[in-house]
Amino acid sequence: MSTTTPASGQQQQHQQHPIGLYLKIWALLFLLSTMSYLVDYFHLQGYLRWGLILLFMLMKAGLIVAVFMHMAWERLSLVCAILLPTLCLLVLVALMAIEADYTHLTRVLFFR
Amino acid sequence: MSAVPLPVADGGGIGVRGLVADWSSDRHAFHVSWGKAMMWIFLLSDTFIFGSFLTGYMTVRSSTTVAWPNPSEVFSLHIGQTSVPLLLIAIMTFVLITSSGTMAMAVNCAYRRDRVNAAALMIVTAAFGEVFVGMQAFEWSKLILEGVRPWGNPWGAAQFGSTFFMITGFHGLHVTGGVILLLIVAIRLLRGSYEKSGNYQIVEIVGLYWHFVDLVWVFIFALFYLW
Repeated sequence: MSTTTPASGQQQQHQQHPIGLYLKIWALLFLLSTMSYLVDYFHLQGYLRWGLILLFMLMKAGLIVAVFMHMAWERLSLVCAILLPTLCLLVLVALMAIEADYTHLTRVLFFR
Repeated sequence: MSAVPLPVADGGGIGVRGLVADWSSDRHAFHVSWGKAMMWIFLLSDTFIFGSFLTGYMTVRSSTTVAWPNPSEVFSLHIGQTSVPLLLIAIMTFVLITSSGTMAMAVNCAYRRDRVNAAALMIVTAAFGEVFVGMQAFEWSKLILEGVRPWGNPWGAAQFGSTFFMITGFHGLHVTGGVILLLIVAIRLLRGSYEKSGNYQIVEIVGLYWHFVDLVWVFIFALFYLW
């Protein structure tokens, strides 16, 4: 294919970004990790705990994918092709949550 | 970017070459090199593997009637007399994030054709990865000594052990694979294998894999250790 020749290499975006940006994201990831660790350290419970854990998790994941993996600078066709299929997992999670709920009820009723 | 070229009617001739040419139509859907596109597709499939593992973990955890062992206590470390919750896991998280940072800097160096610094940063990344695997091995042996098995443990729901060993084991396998990949590419960089073509994108592609390993850990840390 023509992609290996230097001529077409110039057509592709080279993902070269300043190191300063990486260092800032790195610091942010450290901060977010510390904060999610503190959620456990201070024994937060209930919806506050789960909400904060999910919030910090999604923020960290977003930073890694967008900046470290350069998704923020890729063309939309690649972004859609890679990120949209992962939403199928949400369907699996929903189905299995219903299934787990049903299994749990059955176990409480018959096996305890 | 550049306009997509129209498909050529007679492709690349007849026979197998013609078949390949017709099916691919010699068109690029994604304006990235095939190596990068393939790495992204591999990572997508890997996302589904880890996604299924974590969903399976959610299913067994929320369907069991036995109390789930408290990860905050199970993974605590004793320093002197005090017990610090999740200390080792927090250090592992920071080590992996740091390795992601050095990897991103290696990609930057590689595109500036600074191959010595790129290779050095990749070796540092691999070293952090190895430290991570070492700490995971310590965590595993500690839990095994305390009696955690895939079929049971002293603190509660039996499914704890099987999900723990499967999810962290599979992730550790990925880290180990990444370390090997990093070292291979670093050695090739030092030997100047990419000087002739001047194409240093392989560093970015290896970087994608490494950041993915970090990304998976973010989810494991949140959903398994903190939940």
